[in-house]
Amino acid sequence: MTERDRERDFERDLGRRLADAGSRTPTLDPGRLQAELRRRAAAADLLDVAYASVGSPLGELLVAVTPRGLVRIAYPGEEAEVLEELASAVSPRVLRAPERTDRVRRELEAYFAGRLRRFDLPLDWSLVHGFAIEILHATARVPFGSVATYGEVAAEAGSPRAARAAGNALHVNPIPIVVPCHRIVPASGGLGGYGGGEERKRFLLELEGAAPA
Amino acid sequence: MRPPPFQTLIDAHAAELHRFLVASIGATDAEDCLQETFLAALRAYPRLRDTANLRAWLYTIAQRKAIDTVRRRGRHRTEVLAGESGEARVPRSATAAPHEMTDDGLWAAVRSLPPRQRAAVVHRFVLDLAYREIGERMGCTEEAARQNVAAGLKRLRREVTQ
Repeated sequence: MTERDRERDFERDLGRRLADAGSRTPTLDPGRLQAELRRRAAAADLLDVAYASVGSPLGELLVAVTPRGLVRIAYPGEEAEVLEELASAVSPRVLRAPERTDRVRRELEAYFAGRLRRFDLPLDWSLVHGFAIEILHATARVPFGSVATYGEVAAEAGSPRAARAAGNALHVNPIPIVVPCHRIVPASGGLGGYGGGEERKRFLLELEGAAPA
Repeated sequence: MRPPPFQTLIDAHAAELHRFLVASIGATDAEDCLQETFLAALRAYPRLRDTANLRAWLYTIAQRKAIDTVRRRGRHRTEVLAGESGEARVPRSATAAPHEMTDDGLWAAVRSLPPRQRAAVVHRFVLDLAYREIGERMGCTEEAARQNVAAGLKRLRREVTQ
């Protein structure tokens, strides 16, 4: 065996030994790492969008907040797209941070339990633009237990003939439930459409005792 | 491409970056160093132009933070724990074979390597990456990665057998 062969063998053994020792390195506790990271990020103003999953009778809701307020509630099934949307429209500094969404979670739980009729949450309208802002502001004024027509919200928003545009704006409401687009129904009767599906709209209106016959 | 939500970077790379840092600077400092890495990344993230290789970008930051940690330690030698610095000497014996070494002795030897050799050796053996991937993560060519691994091994062999 030449010196060169011995070198090669040794280095091969060393490689195996390193891989072996590497497999025994302590594993990371991701929960602890992330809790501490979120704390430091928030302290340094680096947590622009915090989100968490919140259980509800309508499924696991994705709730996202910014330092300004609640920015997004999403029904199940589009989490990845919603986070991408937040990253590009608000900030890519998006972190899972349940403790930041606690206030929203508590109010949602109280609402679904029938203990809360009016949400008291700061809202961040970053995802809403143009005419939709007026429509959603008008929608937010429709009280628990009552309904309004698309035409009525459009009129309330200052454009009485824009019922169809109102419908479009409501369909992309980024903060459903809290901004109660489920309370807006067609003048012709029936429930009308809903971004989360008609079943959910019916559930919410029944919860509020406002389902049309 | 717009940067994806930062959480996806943590979910995809935290465990692997942690192994890289444990092997590079020791378990005591690895977690804090990983925090520093992610905080620095989070700070720079919205201004990041090139999002094609986010993993390589994270490794660049992690490596810089690892070097900072080692330097800081150098200034406060007394605080350094045994087994993670020059104080815990690499066991030297003329007959040391790799399988006879303790993990601590092995890591002490790895940590005594120059930063690029150390990173290359850790990528190759601890993370089990091909030279092309190592090059991508270290921001060098495949050939340079291969040379760094070879030089690192040679030096390790001298360390443990001399």
